[in-house]
Amino acid sequence: MSKWIEVVELYKIPVLGSRLIKTRDMDIAVFRASDDSVFAVRDACPHRGGPLSQGIVHGHTVTCPLHNWKIDLHTGGALAPDRGCTNVFPVKIEDGKVYLQLVTEDEASAC
Amino acid sequence: MLKENLVLIGNGMAGVRTLEELLKLAPDAYNITVFGEEPYGNYNRIMLSPVLASEKTIEQIMLNSEQWYVDNGITLHKGKKVEQINRARREVIASDGTVAKYDRLIIATGSLSFMLPLPGADKQGVIGFRDIKDVDTMLEAARNHQHAVVIGGGLLGLEAANGLMKQGMDVTVVHLLDTLMERQLDKPAATMLQKSLEERGMKFLMEHSTAEILGNERVTGIRFKNGTEIPADLVVMAVGIKPNIELGKAAGLHCERGIVVSDTLQTITDPKIYAIGECVQHRGTAYGLVAPLFEQAKVAANHLAKYGIAQYRGTVTSTRLKVTGIELFSAGDFIGNDKTEDLVFKDAASGTYKRLVLQDNKIKGAVMYGDTVDGSWYFEMMKDGTDISAFRKTILFGQHNLGDSGHNPETRVASLPDSAEICGCNGVCKGDIVKAITEKKLFTLDEVRAHTKASASCGSCTGLVESLLAHTVGGEYSATPKTKPLCKCTDYTHDEIRSGILKHELKTMPAVRDHFEWKTPDGCPTCRNALNYYLLCAFPTEYVDDAQSRYINERVHGNIQKDGSYSVVPRMFGGMCTSDQLRAIADVADKYEVPTMKVTGGQRIDMFGIQKEQLPAMWKDLSAAGFVSGHAYGKAMRTVKTCVGSEWCRFGTQDSTGLGVKLEELTWGSWMPHKFKLAVSGCPRNCAEATIKDIGVVCVDSGYELHIGGNGGIKVRVTDLLCKVETEAEVLEYTGAFCQFYREDAHYLERTAPWVERVGLEKVKTAILGDAANRKALYERFLISQQPAQIDPWKARAEGAEANEFTPILIEA
Repeated sequence: MSKWIEVVELYKIPVLGSRLIKTRDMDIAVFRASDDSVFAVRDACPHRGGPLSQGIVHGHTVTCPLHNWKIDLHTGGALAPDRGCTNVFPVKIEDGKVYLQLVTEDEASAC
Repeated sequence: MLKENLVLIGNGMAGVRTLEELLKLAPDAYNITVFGEEPYGNYNRIMLSPVLASEKTIEQIMLNSEQWYVDNGITLHKGKKVEQINRARREVIASDGTVAKYDRLIIATGSLSFMLPLPGADKQGVIGFRDIKDVDTMLEAARNHQHAVVIGGGLLGLEAANGLMKQGMDVTVVHLLDTLMERQLDKPAATMLQKSLEERGMKFLMEHSTAEILGNERVTGIRFKNGTEIPADLVVMAVGIKPNIELGKAAGLHCERGIVVSDTLQTITDPKIYAIGECVQHRGTAYGLVAPLFEQAKVAANHLAKYGIAQYRGTVTSTRLKVTGIELFSAGDFIGNDKTEDLVFKDAASGTYKRLVLQDNKIKGAVMYGDTVDGSWYFEMMKDGTDISAFRKTILFGQHNLGDSGHNPETRVASLPDSAEICGCNGVCKGDIVKAITEKKLFTLDEVRAHTKASASCGSCTGLVESLLAHTVGGEYSATPKTKPLCKCTDYTHDEIRSGILKHELKTMPAVRDHFEWKTPDGCPTCRNALNYYLLCAFPTEYVDDAQSRYINERVHGNIQKDGSYSVVPRMFGGMCTSDQLRAIADVADKYEVPTMKVTGGQRIDMFGIQKEQLPAMWKDLSAAGFVSGHAYGKAMRTVKTCVGSEWCRFGTQDSTGLGVKLEELTWGSWMPHKFKLAVSGCPRNCAEATIKDIGVVCVDSGYELHIGGNGGIKVRVTDLLCKVETEAEVLEYTGAFCQFYREDAHYLERTAPWVERVGLEKVKTAILGDAANRKALYERFLISQQPAQIDPWKARAEGAEANEFTPILIEA
């Protein structure tokens, strides 16, 4: 497994909002829910690649801004009856800082 | 924590629907046990008529397979009749001795065919029409016998008679009265129905009362009270149903016609026991249709899941006859009284009859025969209490006659081919929808939306989808509930929440959600945006806008496009511009390498293909050149379209461009329930297309005509004339007052056109014209709301507001 990378301080992600992380390979959206839990998913809706980071967060779900698909932030999977999923990346909070593990696309868990 | 035990008596549509709703809300709350008298899983009883007519098979009408019970951890005792409820020990005992303990119990025993107590009624071949066994008996009789008699010319009787006729039997329908289906049809419709059934070969004995059923072991004939006799090998009694209350009665529950329940579907005798479906009596009514029972199921499930906020208040029902080729629809009070008026259309030659019963320009009831495509539309308006005065003259000709480009005259949904596109936004064809409804057993509009996306976007095809649903499910599909909650997070309506916000001075979103007992902690994209707007409208100077409760377009003040880039529209007041402004826009376009520019329909310039992180810098440059945001992406006032007017035009009567600029200066920046557009035309030639705008001003020699409620969008609607005024100052005041009335009264995401149709033009006229003091107060409130709103969001962002939103985090690794 690859190492943990510090990406941002938690307070710099708005509650029920997101920050966009650009890496060499892809864009990753880091979300902060109202209970301060943090999620990282690939910033592409399984439907037509919409930028999930720009969507509205509710519970542990984000709604894609393009066509209203709802994505479960735990699994990256679309909520039924839609089908499909996007990659999920390991993420953790330590001392108020958010750390992300940049696994390869194959390693990244997806439902 | 130990799970509680929930026992359901009756494996029918009402009971199992309750379980389905409960599993959605609280999947782990109970150990569930179900007793069903029939040896099957759960099936769609309203589809028995098509089974009898060989249009469907039993397999096709099964709703939940036995695997479903296994998958959901439900213990199913099929073919076991519960014989006793011991309320003291809280257990139920079945015929084979099976005992099940309960903490809560649901009785859903349905109803029984009402069997006339005639001499000979116990003979072989005399049956009701209630379950699969009855259908089997009828099919068996059809193979070996010829003469069938159906007693009862109601909905069920005619469906049974049609099925038996399709099986090749010679069928006579015996009816006590002189018209068929008297509970659903008026005399003209009933006469037309009888005529077309007779043309198919059905025989009728009207005003005949049965005296005796003849025969030895098996029925051989019927004798009537007038002494005549006819032969019969099968007698189907379809004279009505009676709630099956024996078990409830024996358990000591208070019963009248049905088991009496409260608004939470709990029996009034024992709150641990619920009753639901056709066995219950609620506020004096026992229902025999499927729509009410689904509404009841939802409420009971909500209570069982311990949310306890839903209440059942009765259902307005509608009826369709499931006889292929006969179109018939009725709803509400179709007879009327001395306070009502009738609108009637009758064309006996084409077999078409429509009657609407009106009171105060609202629909109270409808009967339709031959052409029922608009049945759902009438029914919706009846339930919503829509004021129909605006289209009273054409209402009988249907929805497609409203100048509505979304529904052309060819959209007769029943006769459409499978390949016909129903939902233009999502490209869904009729065949896809019908397939989803039948294969996935969908009953409600919401379910069809979720599974097919049809009508899930702009919603203009909602009526068509509802018609398809009604046609496909055949009968009493689960129509939209009487009152629509704001969203799935709450049971309260837009109006209830808006008035609650003002009455209880709820000034934050958590306060609203607490007060109305929201089911979700954060709400959802639907209610969050709506509440944010409602609070902003109610407390314009106090409420702090919540960026995370805004759609991305409004959050970043640009239009998101399909590739995730944005487009930007600088505001050009009244469409006016100078060469310097055009040069500045061109310079910005060069600097940021804007790939596409376009002049919009609202006379502004749209720049496409901007990356999000470029936005603040670009706005900074545009601000420096004197531009503010065009709000072309918000639920807000967007543009004021103008023609050139008296300054240059040969025909122009007033300075329409100048007035357009003034109107835009008055209204720019204001948040609205939906997008909002204005236009000013300098003469009745109307070059600015003012009569399809939310507010249109048409200048004439003697002053200004003010038009409202137009729409050039999905459903084209021409404005209504509000009034005529003489001065520009009046135009501004009336416009501000109208804007504010719309802001305060409409539901979020409701444009002025459907809003005016829903509340009626009279209400708007009364508010603006009826009372000068009220108009001035509205105008005053609008001006107050504009003070904090007319701040250029671009300038604020360019100066660093919400900078985080626009700055991605770069990672090298």
